[in-house]
Parts: sequence; structure tokens; C-alpha cells
Amino acid sequence: MPTVSVKRDLLFKALGRTYTDEEFDELCFEFGLELDEITSEKEIISKEQGDKKAEGASDVVLYKIDVPANRYDLLCLEGLVRGLQVFKERIKAPLYKRVMPNGEIQKLIITEETAKIRPYAVAAVLRNIKFTKDRYDSFIELQEKLHQNICRKRALVAIGAHDLDSLSGPFTFTAKRPSDIKFKPLSKTKEYTACELMNIYKTDNHLKHYLHIIENKPLYPVIYDSNGVVLSMPPIINGNHSKITLNTRNVFIECTGTDFTKAKIVLDIIVTMFSEYCENQFTVEAAEVVFPNGKSYTFPELAYRKEMVRADLINKKVGIRETPENLAKLLTRMCLKSEVIGDGNQIEIEIPPTRADIIHACDIVEDAAIAYGYNNIQMTLPKTYTIANQFPLNKLTELLRHDMAAAGFTEALTFALVARTTLLPGLLKTIAANRKMPLPLKLFEISDIVVKDSSRDVGARNYRHLCAVYYNKNPGFEIIHGLLDRIMQLLDVPPGEKKGGYVIKASEGPAFFPGRCAEVFARGQSIGKLGVLHPDVITKFELTMPCSSLEINIEPFL
Amino acid sequence: MAAHAPGAGSGSGCSGAGRDTPSAPGAAMADGPVADVLLRRLEAADGGLDSAELAAELGVEHQAVVGAVKSLQALGEIIEAELRSTKRWELTAEGEEIAREGSHEARVFRSVPPEGLAQSELMRLPSGKVGFSKAMSNKWIRVDKSAADGPRVFRVVDSMEDDVQRRLQLVRGGQAEKLAEKERSELRKRKLLTEVTLKTYWVSKGSAFSTSVSKQEAELSPEMISSGSWRDRPFKPYNFSARGVLPDSGHLHPLLKVRTQFRQIFLEMGFTEMPTDNFIESSFWNFDALFQPQQHPARDQHDTFFLQDPAEALQLPMDYVHRVKRTHSQGGYGSQGYKYTWKLDEARKNLLRTHTTAASARALYRLARKKPFTPIKYFSIDRVFRNETLDATHLAEFHQIEGVVADHGLTLGHLMGVLREFFTKLGITQLRFKPAYNPYTEPSMEVFSYHQGLKKWVEVGNSGLFRPEMLLPMGLPENVSVIAWGLSLERQREPPVPRP
Repeated sequence: MPTVSVKRDLLFKALGRTYTDEEFDELCFEFGLELDEITSEKEIISKEQGDKKAEGASDVVLYKIDVPANRYDLLCLEGLVRGLQVFKERIKAPLYKRVMPNGEIQKLIITEETAKIRPYAVAAVLRNIKFTKDRYDSFIELQEKLHQNICRKRALVAIGAHDLDSLSGPFTFTAKRPSDIKFKPLSKTKEYTACELMNIYKTDNHLKHYLHIIENKPLYPVIYDSNGVVLSMPPIINGNHSKITLNTRNVFIECTGTDFTKAKIVLDIIVTMFSEYCENQFTVEAAEVVFPNGKSYTFPELAYRKEMVRADLINKKVGIRETPENLAKLLTRMCLKSEVIGDGNQIEIEIPPTRADIIHACDIVEDAAIAYGYNNIQMTLPKTYTIANQFPLNKLTELLRHDMAAAGFTEALTFALVARTTLLPGLLKTIAANRKMPLPLKLFEISDIVVKDSSRDVGARNYRHLCAVYYNKNPGFEIIHGLLDRIMQLLDVPPGEKKGGYVIKASEGPAFFPGRCAEVFARGQSIGKLGVLHPDVITKFELTMPCSSLEINIEPFL
Repeated sequence: MAAHAPGAGSGSGCSGAGRDTPSAPGAAMADGPVADVLLRRLEAADGGLDSAELAAELGVEHQAVVGAVKSLQALGEIIEAELRSTKRWELTAEGEEIAREGSHEARVFRSVPPEGLAQSELMRLPSGKVGFSKAMSNKWIRVDKSAADGPRVFRVVDSMEDDVQRRLQLVRGGQAEKLAEKERSELRKRKLLTEVTLKTYWVSKGSAFSTSVSKQEAELSPEMISSGSWRDRPFKPYNFSARGVLPDSGHLHPLLKVRTQFRQIFLEMGFTEMPTDNFIESSFWNFDALFQPQQHPARDQHDTFFLQDPAEALQLPMDYVHRVKRTHSQGGYGSQGYKYTWKLDEARKNLLRTHTTAASARALYRLARKKPFTPIKYFSIDRVFRNETLDATHLAEFHQIEGVVADHGLTLGHLMGVLREFFTKLGITQLRFKPAYNPYTEPSMEVFSYHQGLKKWVEVGNSGLFRPEMLLPMGLPENVSVIAWGLSLERQREPPVPRP
């Protein structure tokens, strides 16, 4: 779940009122957010690097807010404020508009070399924007949040924002041999080739995580302007030439990637969030992208989609009885402008470009429920009538566990992580960790082991095993043997070779001391082994006493 | 033999070898010869006697007399014993040697003949080093450095008084009090004397004093019962403050006891247990069937353990797979879909299941194929695996508890109602619900409960209605809703049952 960090006072100023921490926490909870932490830059630095480093750092109060992973529209202060203000009906959701430029449209031409590495690109222009320090920081931070989440650490999409006035279109998105790419990257003072940069960034704590995306590819993606100036080498770094500053008035935004849908969503989110600061609020200047096949598209899409949902569907899924008008009102509070149409039971919902998470009517139902207030919903019990059954293998396990404990053995719970084929090592490790306990140590575990099995759809299956060990000054084979006899008695398996009975027969196994191992046969099949462990096994587990063990498959007894 | 029984010495073999034996009363045998002598001396004594003095007189260890005192005390009012601690000066081993053979300086003085002795030779004597400097400062000897063959030592006086030896002999004779405080502390500094605290008993006659103490029986025996001799025999009292012997038994694992409790709750609520006995699962059932897109971060190596062998699932239900593929890549069933290129290879990848919801998906798919649809309530509790770095709050392997109800027309209100009943059975009654996001449920809600100890709301589970994009490709009827919730067993507290 992404965490967005916003300055409290800035947030309250934008919300037009102040809250106590508790009030704001309550508001977040209701809206599906979580006020995770109240802190400051100073506190964060002091926690991570000590008080000394924190000296002089800002002690402006920060709210760290957890945002659901699919709500990209809430990843910055601008979006959070807009969402909450609409939710509280203090403002109406803005209408985002794509406009054509007065002059020539900015063009981004994709060449076919990109096909194998990063085939998609989208672009847009924020015209006459006004940055302040806080707005600028938020703009950078939103890109970072998007990169970490929907962009899958830049693998699916990478964003570049440029000072349009420092460039001259049309722009070319191509791919070149790394040795042929040379430019001055962000915050460096000289030019480097792409090969050199990849080396330099190997030690860069931030950028090193993205290098693998293109590192071993023969061609690296790169965007040039018409004068050959490098805008960016996605997904690694932008050029220094077109760097945006507080004074930048016109921003050219490009998103390149391997997932076209996500690239379009990311572009929509950035421009909807920051067109707020454009001279013509919430308008975005279109850019044209020409694909290698010659087709050309205009971005950002900023598409509004209409969905139709029946009011009784919402009522039925949530378990409430609201009028269609009220439901439309609730949805409008979630930035989903809605109205009742048709027979009076139909609600028409407009999905704005900010809500790419709404892909089905069930998403609309959820928003209606959130606006209604989850905790206002009447709790009822379903009338579903069912007869309960235990899973037979677990039922048998439960019965045996209690009898094993009654027989004086103590239950262990060990990790199965290695997809083990036997329970014995886990129990021996448990004994090794409990060597200080008084002897004898008598442990058991009933759990699953995993083996390959080509008759199963995944090519492997579990078996439920029972394993017991006895660790003492004497090997205690007779004790482990007696435990087997007791288990068979409980399972109603009589001793003897006869059909349905059980016997143990001399056997050997690498884990056992020669001559001290027997195989267990029951119901006509081999189910496991018991015996005195080999001293080499005992010492490998850093144990010093004799030890006997039993391990059987209990599935034949179902 | 019970731990409370008198005379039960430690290690008497009543419990398993190596087990802690509960503290047994420290009584020695009451009828030893020392006890006899003590009683006779006490009869003749005026007022009482001191245990240490008696030990000295009898020439036995003080501890033997203390044992006799304790055993007599255990018999009732035979004697009275008052604990006294006295301080006493004793010689150290070196002090003993000096009391016997004289101080080092005296021994040095004696070894110097009238014609003198080479200093080098003197230093080789056992008392040489210490004795030389002391004898020098006492001005008993002098050194002539002008001698031809090195410094030579001569007597200064003809005879001397060895005060150190004399004083130590006084202490040995029990007359330490005759020494001045200063003299004692000087000897202590030289580590010749130590002060010891002695705990002794002042023993006097009790109200039921008698020299003929009859022997008490430790325990009732079968012979006494058959002969009836128990009627005439006195019995030693039990020590009821001792601990009992722990019963010899095995134990169930605490976390698995909680698992049993949860199974019980589900069974009481009419939920049927789903099979979950496959730790290895294909990405298809673990993710794709749940409408979790293939680029979802949970499907990253960083979060999930993928298998090398068997690396891929051998069979998938291809009809259903195609419906899932279409729903992901193009949408359908009223959904926009995720609009990306869905890859079968990705779905085939085997992994250690990251949630038991994979098993729920299989169970719901089986349910969907059974016509006509019958409502169900399912649960499971089993291991799941995540690629986490282990620390106090993260495990790479834990138990997931999951409940699922499928029926016509189930609502969010129903989900909340079932959760209320479920958590009430756990003793959690204060609940509230927060909107949340899960890839495969919509609406989704996190369940919070008020923690009295932490004084805040803590998340106790996650829940929701499974998405139509998950249910409809399976073939479940459109008006069937499936509510589900999950929590981690490891986060639950131990049930309130008696513990060993």
C-alpha cells in the first residue's frame, strides 16, 4: 500500500479548515485511507540516522497517509484534497479538458527500433503552469509514487517531464546503441555516453534499481528534440538541458513503457493532478504521438466513460435500501458524477479519467457503500443453510495429535518452506534448539511433506506425515516402537501379516544406524520407517545423545 | 513418593531421570546418634547448649548437629532452637603455617648466621622476599653492600620477639579478643586472618521434651494397612509448601491449539473444511483465477517463491483458462478488464502458494461445475508462503485462516454480520470496518477491532465480496455472491486453557 507524505498545515490550508489528529484519522478511515504516522522530516532523519544528523532539519508536521494501491488519483496532496473535498461536498469534481494548442501541436515520433525494448510512448503539455516550491516538490513526488506503484519500478512505464521552452519539437523516441548515446544527464556537469552512465549509476542508491530494465539490451531507448538534444534515456534518467525548475511555465510530459494502457493512465493522472496550477485550470494541451506504423494518436486521452447501473443492484450488493437519487448523490461524492435516468431505477455514472480503478459495476457498488459509510450498514446473517464437514485428512490429524500428546510426546511446529520431503530434520533441529531441556525429549509433528507427482496438475503433491523422535541417554527404540504400536491400536490396525494388519521388517536407510532400522508395512503397503538414527546424523545436527525416530504416511488410514 | 513426604531426599528417583525434583524437606534422619547425644546433653544442661560447641566437643561436623536439630524440630515441641549468628576470627592457610613455624621475617632472621649471608642466597629461601623486607623494617638485619662477593646480610640484634606468630597462636586458641583491633586488622591485611560468620543454634528444651523419641513413620504402607499397625504409629508431618511433581505428559503446540479453536468455531457455524493439502500451486490458481493481473507486484520474485522443479504446472483447465485470459486482457462479464497481453507461460509458473485463497478458487470452481448451484459455507486454515525477510513481525511462512460463503443475493451487510458472529466467538465484540483494496474482492473491507491493551483500533482481518471477474468465468450463476474473509493464525492469541 503506497504511503503519501503531506505537510499537515499545507493540507489543512487546501482543505480550508483544520482538524485534530483524531478527527483527521476518522475522516481517513471513513474514506478508506489510513493516517499511518504523524511525524516530521527531523523526526524521520533522527530515527534513521540519529539526532545529530537531524539537526537543522525541518520540524514541519507531516502526515503519512496510506492510500489503497489502485487509487493513483490520491497519490499527491492535490489529489487527496480534491478527493476529500468532493467527498465532503465542499467542491464539485473538476471537469478535465484536453485542448488543442493555438499554434502547432507538439509531436513525438516513435521509430521502429523501440519495438523490442520499449514500444509505447504518450505525451502531453501543461501550458502556463505556475510552480511554487511546494507544488514543484509535489510534482516530483507524484512521479516517484507512480514509478514505484503502477509503473512497477519504471519497468512498465517511466515518466519524463521537461521544460518545453528549452526544447524544439518535433521529438523522436528511438533506440540506439549505448555507445552512440551521449548527453549531459540531470545534475551532472559534463556529457557521458550511455555505457558510462550505466557504470556511474551502479553505485547510485536510487537509480541502480532501474538499470536492469535495459542493461543487457543491445539498444537503449532515448528521446531527442529536433536539434538532437536528449530529453531522456528512459527509464533511467532525463537530460539536464530540459530540466524543469520553479520558473518553468510550459511542461512537456512523456511517458514511455511496455504497457500502453498503464502509460495512458499514468499520463492522465499527472496532467489531471497538476493542470490545477495551469492558467486555464484543469485544461491540458494535447500532443500527437506517431507510431512506427504511421498511425498517429492524440494524448492525453482524458476519456470520460458512461456506465449504467441499476439502483437495486447497488442496494442488493451492499444490503441497504436507498433511493436511486440518494445513491446518485453518494456516487457523486466519490468523484463519480451520477444521475438517475430512464425508468427512475437506472443510474448513469460518469467515470472520470482519474478513476482508472473503476472497471466493473462492482467498483461502483463499493464507492456507493463507502459514501454511505461501511459502519452505517445494517449487519444481517445470511440464511444460507449448510451442514458442516471436516476435511477427512484434517479430522484424522486432529484425532491423532491429541493421542500423541496423551502418549507423552510434545507437538512441534516446524517450517515447511523448503518444500521438504520428510519431517525428521525439522524435529531434529527443534531438539537441537532445546538441548537444555531435561531428558528425555519426546517430540512429534503431523504435517505435510511435498513430493513430485506427474499425475497431479501442478506436478507435485503433499502427503500427510506423522513423525516422532525420542532423544535420551539410551536409543529407546522400544519406546518409538511402542508408539507405533499405540498408533496402530488407535487406527484399529491389528498386528500381523494378515490383510489389513501391520508389521515391521528389518530394513536400512542412510539416516539410520545399520541393523537398527525397520520398515513399516500396513494395509498391504510400505508407509514409512522407524529406527535408531545414525551417529553421523545425530552429530550433524549438533546433538550428542542417541535418538530414535518414526516417520509414516497416515493417508492410507483415511 | 510425594514431594511433600518427609525424608524424601533429593534425587530419590520418584520422577523421571533428569527432571527437576521439587524441593524436598531438608530433614536428616531424626534418630541418628547425634540427636540422641544432643537430647541427653540437653537433659543435663542448664538452660540450653550451643550447636557449634556441641560439635566441637563431639568432634563431629557442625552440619551433623544442625541436621539433628532440624530433625528433632520436625517432631514437634521436643526442643526449641533459636538461630544465632556469631562472628569469629579464623586463621587462613598461611596464618596456620605462621602460627606453626613462625613469621617469614623471623624465619629470615634465624637463617642469618652471625658471620652473615649473601643476600642472593637469602632471597632464594622460601620466606626470603617477604621476610627480608619485614626484617629490614623491624631493624633485625642490615645489608652490607661493600662486601667483595656482592651484598651481604648481617644480624643487627642478637634475638627478637616474633609477635606475629604469638598473636596468630592466640587466635588459634580462640582468644582473638585479646588482640587489639589494630593488630587484628593488620593481620587481616596480610591475609593471615579472616572473619567468618557462623550460624549456630541455641538449643533448649521444648514443652514436650523427652530423651526417648519414638521413630516416626514416613509414609503409609500396604503392610500397615493390612496389619492395622498404622493405628499405633506416629507419622512425620508433610511439608505442604513444597511443589508437587509435574504430571508426566506430552503437550500440544500452542499455535496449533489456536488452530483447533478456529476449526471448532467454523464447524459450529456450519462451515465445511476445504482441502488445502497442496503447498505447491500454479500461478494460474494462485493469481490469474483470482483476477490478479500478471504484472501485479505480488507476482514478483521479490514477494513470491517460484519453483525450479517442477517449474510449471502440467495441466490447466483450458476452457476456463481461456475465459480467464479473455477477462484479464479484454474484459467481459461487464468488466473493462486490465487490457494487457495475458501470457499462458506466466500462468503455468509453479510457486509455493501465497494464500489459501488459491484453494478457495479451486473449491469455487468445483462448485460452479456442479449443477444446479447449491449454497455453501467453506473454510480452511493452512500454511502459506511469502518471500519476506524474517523479523519479529514477519514470517516467510504462516497460517492463513479463510472463510467463504456463496449464496444467492449475499450483501456487504451479510459479510459484516457473519464477521460479527465469527469474532464474537473469539471474544472480540468491538468491530469496525474500513474500505480497502484487494485485487480479487470488491467491495473490500478491512476489519478492525478495538484493542483494550493498546488503546487503539487494530486490523484483525481482511474481507470482501469476490469480484465478478473471478466468479463468472468459473461459471457461477450471475446472481450468486461470494463473501470471504481472511486472517493470520499467527496474529491470534493463545486460547485460555490451563498450561503446564
